[in-house]
Amino acid sequence: MQWHSLSEFLAMGGRGGFVWGAYGVFALVVIAEPVLVRWRRRAASTAIAERMADEAVAAGARS
Amino acid sequence: MHAVNTTSATTATAPRLTWFTFASPANFHRLAGVLGPVCAVVAAAFALAGLWMAFFVAPTDAVQGEVYRIIFIHVPAAWLSMVLYVAMAFWAAIGWFLNARMAFILARAIAPTGALFTVLALWTGALWGRPTWGAWWVWDARLTSELILLFLYLGYMALVAAIDDTRRADKAGALLAIVGVVNVPIIYFSVVWWNTLHQGSSLTMGKEQHMASTMLVAMLLLTVAAWAYAFAIVFARARAIVLEREGDTAWARALVAASKKG
Repeated sequence: MQWHSLSEFLAMGGRGGFVWGAYGVFALVVIAEPVLVRWRRRAASTAIAERMADEAVAAGARS
Repeated sequence: MHAVNTTSATTATAPRLTWFTFASPANFHRLAGVLGPVCAVVAAAFALAGLWMAFFVAPTDAVQGEVYRIIFIHVPAAWLSMVLYVAMAFWAAIGWFLNARMAFILARAIAPTGALFTVLALWTGALWGRPTWGAWWVWDARLTSELILLFLYLGYMALVAAIDDTRRADKAGALLAIVGVVNVPIIYFSVVWWNTLHQGSSLTMGKEQHMASTMLVAMLLLTVAAWAYAFAIVFARARAIVLEREGDTAWARALVAASKKG
């Protein structure tokens, strides 16, 4: 291992801003994307549930 | 007669596996629900191993110092941006020629992830270019063709979103995706065909490698992680799109009813 301290690790030989800027945005994307997909799936599921409920009400009104 | 009856009895419980079993959105939804989480676990495991190699095992680069460590995510992102485009065009073509709904759904599910990996390839490249070349961006063949790839993804997504009729949107998008695939070999061979500021391939089959082996292993581990992540997220998004489109079917309604109860 080439690091002798945490600050040396974070400094990345004076290029910390570039290295962590690259890794940070990468991490942000691969964390955010699954959350967005989960929301999308939940919205689709809720839409189906609401349509079923609406149809049940309409069917009840008819009978 | 007897044999036929037995077969139909078994298909009722477990669908018989054929090439088209998972062309059924219901079957795909179930399969992707299992495979997606498995891929996510694989992605996380390889990402942890790869990051550890990238920061604690791979040595400092003799020429570039520490900033070269961006390569470990830059190269996987760039590879995935191209591979996902080919995958998107492949499923778009299958959808086009076989008129398969599930293939169109896969093409749509791949596009946003492909676009994100393209953005990440450009972003990590810019942050690597500035300290090593002295420029965030140059209009050389590699960078420009990668930017065109981003526009192809965005164009595909805008086109399918703009057309209300799902089938027509799928077909129009498929045409765009298939035509745009010519850009992928242009990106890949740009560093060979033109004199670019961008360096040549990090990996060349059958050639002696010029990377330290620990660097290579770190890059390959993170590449596997990126592939597994892409599979996981595409499966998950495809499931969401299936639910969006299959809301009138009995199986989707039964599924939603069961999940709301539980």
